[in-house]
Amino acid sequence: MAMSRQTKDNLIRNAFFLTALSSIVALALIMLYLFIEGLPIFKIVSVTDFLFGHYWYPTSEPHEFGIFPLIVASLAVTALSSAIAIPLGVMTAIYLAEIASRRTRDIFKPIVELLAALPSVVIGFFGMVVVAPFIQETFDLATGLNLFNAAIMLAFMSVPTICSVSEDAIYAVPRELKEASLALGATHFETISKVVLPASLSGISTAVMLGMSRAIGETMVVLMVAGGAAMIPNSIFSPVRPMPSSIAAEMAEASFRGDHYRALFAIGIVLFLFTLAFNLIASHVAEKHKQVGAATL
Amino acid sequence: MNQTALTHAGLARRHRTQKIMWGVFGASSLINMAALVLICGFLLVKGLPAISWSFLTEMPRDSMTAGGILPCILGTIYLSLGTMCVAFPLGVASAVYLNEYARPGRTLRLIRLGINNLAGVPSVVFGLFGLAFFVTFFGLGVSLLSGILTLSILVLPVIIGTAEEALKSVPQTYREASLGLGATKWQTIRLVVLPAAMPGMLTGAILGLSRVAGETAAIMFTASVFFTPYLPTSITDSVMALPYHIYVLATAGTDIDKTRPLQYGTALVLIVLVLGMNLGAILYRAKLQKKR
Repeated sequence: MAMSRQTKDNLIRNAFFLTALSSIVALALIMLYLFIEGLPIFKIVSVTDFLFGHYWYPTSEPHEFGIFPLIVASLAVTALSSAIAIPLGVMTAIYLAEIASRRTRDIFKPIVELLAALPSVVIGFFGMVVVAPFIQETFDLATGLNLFNAAIMLAFMSVPTICSVSEDAIYAVPRELKEASLALGATHFETISKVVLPASLSGISTAVMLGMSRAIGETMVVLMVAGGAAMIPNSIFSPVRPMPSSIAAEMAEASFRGDHYRALFAIGIVLFLFTLAFNLIASHVAEKHKQVGAATL
Repeated sequence: MNQTALTHAGLARRHRTQKIMWGVFGASSLINMAALVLICGFLLVKGLPAISWSFLTEMPRDSMTAGGILPCILGTIYLSLGTMCVAFPLGVASAVYLNEYARPGRTLRLIRLGINNLAGVPSVVFGLFGLAFFVTFFGLGVSLLSGILTLSILVLPVIIGTAEEALKSVPQTYREASLGLGATKWQTIRLVVLPAAMPGMLTGAILGLSRVAGETAAIMFTASVFFTPYLPTSITDSVMALPYHIYVLATAGTDIDKTRPLQYGTALVLIVLVLGMNLGAILYRAKLQKKR
């Protein structure tokens, strides 16, 4: 018997619904498997010792699984790169959304997109062969592969994210607001700094959180240019070993389901939770302070 | 605004401030451009001498200090195309549900939250997951298939995002006209909405393809190996890939300086591939927008 059109349509609708669930299922599986492989390490080392232990000697006897230096390194690299990327990204967004002529924008927007498209391994490679020797000579250091170098390279990876999300936020500022400000005699710059930016602040905050999430999780760049020393940095020119680079560099040598392997998955959990937090804050800010029109301001 | 702001000198000062800030904003945009030009230009100048027909079509020789990068090129192409075969249908179907069927509510919010957070998961974590789930749990081993499945999940949010954009840009009147003629929802989607959105979706697919081609951390535990003397013949083979090859040559070899030309050449091939696809997608999109 032929299915009625109604039944068939419902079946198809359900099939689409199930497919749409695949992202959530994937996210849940990722969490599940990180925990399955990572949690057993806490039979050997306590959570506090793992998170706040100062020594990461996974291969020596006896083992030391303290990832505090790795966490500090990740946070330091992310903070420093944000200090470069936020002003750069937001100012570029202002330029593109408010100042540039249509022609200029048509040239610059693809450039930002192409910058976003550069593979991280290529940026890391550039950092190794060009930026590292330059930093080493300029600042007279033992090595150019350090926190500073990693932060610069990461900054250029998060600028496109920050720029494009901020630009959308600036675009969304209602026209009336700008016109009112200009009509009161404010210059265009005063309008931007005192009306447009405050009005788009929530969108820009979202952009910044997404950019930082990108920076803390980025692997190849820190693996190649951060220097790799698992020590708490004492200057911006210290070589460091952020969490992703530890995972990437050591997984190959860790014996399957040994303590080291478990510890690396546990680092994966910590890293995952960090990025999850950044993303949840970002979507919370975006949701809570949604720009819907002049009336909400 | 203070009292002097409206005097002649005050106005001049305010306009000078504006001019200076315009310069600063413009300069920051130029810095981005400079970074792109610098990186591409450098690799072009250093990499071009290494490129030759034999570099592109030969196997590596003498423990990878000479010869070509054919297995890496093929590996990257297989990985990217395979990933699209899995991720594109999944992503488009998800986008169709989100944009055509879903009603606002808790379920929709949850799905969106899932997609947004999946987009934020670091690639090395995808690598760990692929290792634990596909390589170990499913016993697929370090293989093309494990890599393809891992990369599919990684690129899914990109595909969904662009596919949704494409669906949103299909005018509502198309749907109404089709439904008004008595077509079912599914007929409308299949025969009216999807064909109209297809060019935009393909742009997204190309962007996803380029993202996958440059991905390193997600394949280093799941698909790619340091060296294999064979070209891949089935999806259960492990492969060499361009991004991983660059990393290996630049960091792990004992002859880092000896293989420099090979590194530059490989990096150049990779960015030509990736930026070429992106540029194609950008130009295609511009053409679509003009037509509209």
